[in-house]
Amino acid sequence: MNKGNKELNSYAENTWCPGCGNFAILNASKKVFADKDQKNLVMVAGIGCHAKLVDYIDLNHFYSIHGRVPATATGIKLGNPELTVIGFAGDGDAYGEGLAHLMFAAKRNINITMVIHNNGVYGLTTGQFTPTSPEGFKGKSTPWGSVERPFNPLTLMLGAGATFISRSYSNRMENLEMVIDEAMKHKGFSFVEVLQPCYTFYNTYKIYNEKVYDLEEEPPKEHVIEKMTEWNYGSKGNIPIGIFYRETRPTYDESMLREMVPARRKEEIDIEDLLKENT
Amino acid sequence: MEDISILVGGKAGDGIRIAAIIVARLFSRYGYRVFVYDDYPSLIRGGHNFSLIRVSRQKVQANNVGVDLIVALDKQTIEKHASELNDGGVILFDSSKGEVETEGVGVPFKEIVKEMEGMSIMRNSAALGAIAKVAEIDWKIVEEVFYKFLPKKTDLNLKIARKAYDMASAGNLKVENLNQEMMPIISGNEAIGLGAVKAGMAVYYAYPMTPSTGILHFLAANRDRFNILVVHPENEIAVILMALGSAYSGAKTMVGTAGGGFALMVEGLSLSAQSEIPITIVVGQRAAPSTGVPTYSLQSDLHFVLNAGHGEFPRFLVAPGDAEEAYYYTGVAMNVAWSCQVPSIVLSDKNLSEGNYSFDSSMYTVEEAQPILWDGKGDYLRYKDSENGVSPLAFPGNKSATVKVTSYEHDQYGITTEESEKVAFMQQKRLQKTEAVKKEIEDIEAVKAYGKDSDTVIFTWGSTKGACVEAADALGLKVLQPIIMEPFPDLSSYIKDAGRIVTVETNATGQLARLLENNGIRVDHKVLKYNARPFFTDELIERLRKEVL
Repeated sequence: MNKGNKELNSYAENTWCPGCGNFAILNASKKVFADKDQKNLVMVAGIGCHAKLVDYIDLNHFYSIHGRVPATATGIKLGNPELTVIGFAGDGDAYGEGLAHLMFAAKRNINITMVIHNNGVYGLTTGQFTPTSPEGFKGKSTPWGSVERPFNPLTLMLGAGATFISRSYSNRMENLEMVIDEAMKHKGFSFVEVLQPCYTFYNTYKIYNEKVYDLEEEPPKEHVIEKMTEWNYGSKGNIPIGIFYRETRPTYDESMLREMVPARRKEEIDIEDLLKENT
Repeated sequence: MEDISILVGGKAGDGIRIAAIIVARLFSRYGYRVFVYDDYPSLIRGGHNFSLIRVSRQKVQANNVGVDLIVALDKQTIEKHASELNDGGVILFDSSKGEVETEGVGVPFKEIVKEMEGMSIMRNSAALGAIAKVAEIDWKIVEEVFYKFLPKKTDLNLKIARKAYDMASAGNLKVENLNQEMMPIISGNEAIGLGAVKAGMAVYYAYPMTPSTGILHFLAANRDRFNILVVHPENEIAVILMALGSAYSGAKTMVGTAGGGFALMVEGLSLSAQSEIPITIVVGQRAAPSTGVPTYSLQSDLHFVLNAGHGEFPRFLVAPGDAEEAYYYTGVAMNVAWSCQVPSIVLSDKNLSEGNYSFDSSMYTVEEAQPILWDGKGDYLRYKDSENGVSPLAFPGNKSATVKVTSYEHDQYGITTEESEKVAFMQQKRLQKTEAVKKEIEDIEAVKAYGKDSDTVIFTWGSTKGACVEAADALGLKVLQPIIMEPFPDLSSYIKDAGRIVTVETNATGQLARLLENNGIRVDHKVLKYNARPFFTDELIERLRKEVL
């Protein structure tokens, strides 16, 4: 029996700041999860404000460590491919501490979904620049203004081989639900970036409300990069949201496991033959 | 002769290591017990490689400096090792023009290969043919071994070997038929892999790193036979996180690395402790700090693995000393990890991991232990309070259980908590598992004793026990080898009559000695070696005579 919207709430006390973009991601996720096979659903989180989400939803979870969500999620999926695995990570977490894992998860096309809560700032550690903060960002570790350019996670994911690439905005609820649902339905590595203002340390509501627009339709192949780079996480350009890219490719779990379910492996291995071969 | 030491030397790319193991296999057919140590630099071509092969009626697990036969495929072998030849020993060398010039049995390996239109690496087959002749090994045995263990271009290799066999002359190293059962020859790494598979390992994750790469290669090559998953991820951090993910799903997993890779895994070790997800980590020690001397042996990571990880938590640590122990104690480590939900570590070293041993499979049996599973009654609590701190397991996919695991301190259900009482309670719950581990290993031999009772007692660990046991036998001394390093065993009954306590280990500061002293055992003298080579039996006998007796 599936848990409804209300039963999906755990008893954990919600400690996000009022106005936090994470609320929207929590609500959208619950709504999408209400119709999924919940016993086989596993949420994975890193460390940061985003990660509290898994404590708040009353489903299986692996609350992992900073940067390692894609690796943890990959291991869960390889252990039991019947599980549906969705990872949540912040921008500091997935783009900073653990970028290699994110790139490799995309490269392998492991059948998991990664939702990146991108608020352009480290919230839990009270306000430092992240890999997607704009140049000149004045945080507590760069009071003079960051001298680094942000990178564009969408083109990074495209280059790495992600087979589903999308972006949404926490203040566009319908789009957010649609994108998370489509990402989970996609067979292969699904990347969802959610622009999510940090009300306390980096309030971007005003800018996003002005600049965000819905792609409505997935751009044709030849316009994918153009759409992905319309906004390069700086001050220029409008910000398209929606699904940018989708392709079908064999998944890592299928190719590696070939019907095997390691979690259910029960085998008596006889090593005598192997020893004889070495005698 | 019943105990023969052979050195085969040449350049990297000469096929020295293959030749060495074939030599061991030739003698093994006559009932000899063998031990092969490969000394090779960290490069692909050139340099100087050599392998030491010891064959004996008795089980041997160490080499001697002094050898009875030197097989030289290059000049350097003579320059570096001619002085190590025992009285009455033989030098067998490639007498082709421009190769080696020395006294002994010269056979033109290179010219034979050229004549037969073989590849240059096939000089090692010529050397093998000549070695067989020197030791008067029956040609039929050579054929048998070549067909079984050199499946590529066997006939050509045999033709080359035969020519050298015919050109060489018998030395005074005649092989004897020992009328003992033939044993398989496997490496320490293979033994570790076999132990894990027997204990139910379903997934192996590893990033290549000497000296543990052999486990990865062995398990990958046998993936289908064992019906396991073998994965080589992007780095060691991914290795351990993926392993913990799979274990959370319910799959028994193991990871393997060396000290440097383990350094990267340490955050995952701590996560394993907090989340109580079982994991077994193989750490093959090599000469460190840092990159160190990557293809050479040292036992300098004992305190690193004993103390690694932020926070206080129980762990299980074994340090096997030979292939049989590697097989058995890896199985024990897997079982303890799953029965007690603690991280377990198998601490090996290059000498053991890459050493090749006659393997006596009748010594130990590995059986998979079943973890305590949730009975399905009431609400599932992943971190439920229990008498010994071990909470029953359920895995995601179970329709009656929500399985919440976490790196944060948590309540019994698995939700983050910072409440003082709950924090203290959970810390206690985890520490209680030390007692669960002790109970689990009650019937498992934690310390091995060798030799006669003597006033002076030698403590050793890991692969160093090979040289120690032999040296102590020659000198009439008692040897103790702790294998379970954590929880550290009670040794009082073993040393109640000991006068002097001496430690023998290959590191610069005496890590076993420090562990003994931490456990209240006074150490009188430390015999140390830290030039990244293992102890040799004859060398160790000399040092014990000089320093201890």
